[in-house]
Amino acid sequence: MKSAVRDIYNNVFEFVRTFGAFQLFFLRLIRHSPRMLMRRPGLVIKQIYNTGALSLVIIMVCGFFVGGVLGLQGFANLARFNAEDSVGAVVALALLKELGPVITALLFAGRAGTALSSEIGLMKATDQLSAMEMMAVNPVRRVLVPRFLGGVIAMPMLVAIFTCVGLFGAHVVSVDLLNVDVGAFWQQMQLSVDMDDVQEGIFKSIVFGIVASLMAVWEGYNAIPTAEGVGRATTRTVVITAIAVLIFDFMITAIML
Amino acid sequence: MHCLNGFLLFCIVSSESENLIEIRDLMYSRGARVIFKDLNLTIKRGEITALMGPSGTGKTTLLRLITRQLIPQQGFICINGVDISTLNQRELYELRQRFGMLFQNGALLTDLNVFENVAFPLREHTKLTNRLIRHVVLTKLHAVGLRGAADMMPAELSGGMARRVALARAMVMDPEILIYDEPFVGLDPISMGVIVRLVRRMNDALGITSIVVSHDVAEVSTVADRSYLISDGKVAASGSPDELHAANSELVRQFMHGMADGPVAFHFEAPNYAEQLLGRDSE
Repeated sequence: MKSAVRDIYNNVFEFVRTFGAFQLFFLRLIRHSPRMLMRRPGLVIKQIYNTGALSLVIIMVCGFFVGGVLGLQGFANLARFNAEDSVGAVVALALLKELGPVITALLFAGRAGTALSSEIGLMKATDQLSAMEMMAVNPVRRVLVPRFLGGVIAMPMLVAIFTCVGLFGAHVVSVDLLNVDVGAFWQQMQLSVDMDDVQEGIFKSIVFGIVASLMAVWEGYNAIPTAEGVGRATTRTVVITAIAVLIFDFMITAIML
Repeated sequence: MHCLNGFLLFCIVSSESENLIEIRDLMYSRGARVIFKDLNLTIKRGEITALMGPSGTGKTTLLRLITRQLIPQQGFICINGVDISTLNQRELYELRQRFGMLFQNGALLTDLNVFENVAFPLREHTKLTNRLIRHVVLTKLHAVGLRGAADMMPAELSGGMARRVALARAMVMDPEILIYDEPFVGLDPISMGVIVRLVRRMNDALGITSIVVSHDVAEVSTVADRSYLISDGKVAASGSPDELHAANSELVRQFMHGMADGPVAFHFEAPNYAEQLLGRDSE
């Protein structure tokens, strides 16, 4: 009984300690970010390329098929009510407000987040971060901040591209294949979507960018410096980011409705 | 308070003496395992000091304590008269700019090529022009024989080449203290000879202080002015390489002459060999 109580106490203590360390870590990243953007923009741009540009293929392919399937489902279900002309509006709202930010964040976690975690974890395991410390270079500032900022900046751009390609996919399926009227497709979309919907999507993409990038650099930086430890950190990055993104999505939607 | 005064007095005295690094009553443990207990050690200015000892005695850990990558539970480490435990991060980084460290595995930055790895400290800490950086980096790479590998990536280098690049990087800022963690491992005889001479020549020509952690008794003996043999968390013996070779202590003789039998057991603690082979312990 005593040992069970002690175990619970230790677990709660460890959770509070880790959560506190996580918050301090986030504040350190934020504190170093303005100076990094001003003085070393090249490092950030390189990371935008690594996390953003290199994720483009998966984002565009997935975006096209998600838009396509939304077009198919929208057409099939709206046709029951003779409202198939509204398929453009349905697809646009779904992509802008929900599926664009959420699916892009999940894909980002799987492609760029895992790459960031494993890269930072391996740098730790091979003493590269210690070597920087010994060269009087702060690894948080030099390694983590550019990667964090790269992810945060890349995510809204990736969401925008995902959404545009998704709309194109929906257009191809519903207009070109299922013969929905092209004028109705775009007009219904224009009538239904307003600036608030776009802003909701942008806001979510920024929050998800922060969440996904933060989890990736945190897990990499705190990985146990072994092959197994780096593997676990990479897995945790995907799992925790996915859960956090869905929780934040619910919270933001509830607030903004 | 008395203890604190003692530290301060000690550090002030140290700053004026020939002792560059003073370690007193150091205690460090990892979990339940005590690695150092009451360790006392002095590194003299301008000398090459070797830290030797059987595997697992914590030689690399000691280097990390000296450079404050780790913090001891007790005792203190004074460098140039400054108790390093009292430094804030800015002061610590200022101190580290006077260090050069060669890591056991090289620790080259894998996303930069050889040239940029060596140029890294210069780009981070100086405002030298690209032309001057190029000149300095090529000079250092030439010293380790790898000027021709400037455009190669770390993944393309052999272990020995990576270590030589790391050595060029460690000395690119012309440090006061150069720390070598197992510098001779994985080097071919030619490279080893060059590196041994380079360690000696840099120490004498630039007036720096060098700390070498190595198992390689023969090579260390040719280059070190003073050696410390560390065992069981303490300094088991110290002196010039000749003095250690001539020592009567069983532990020192076993280590210096590489004997299998002696106070340091070759086998890790294990159950009876025959019983384990026959599987009796699993029944």
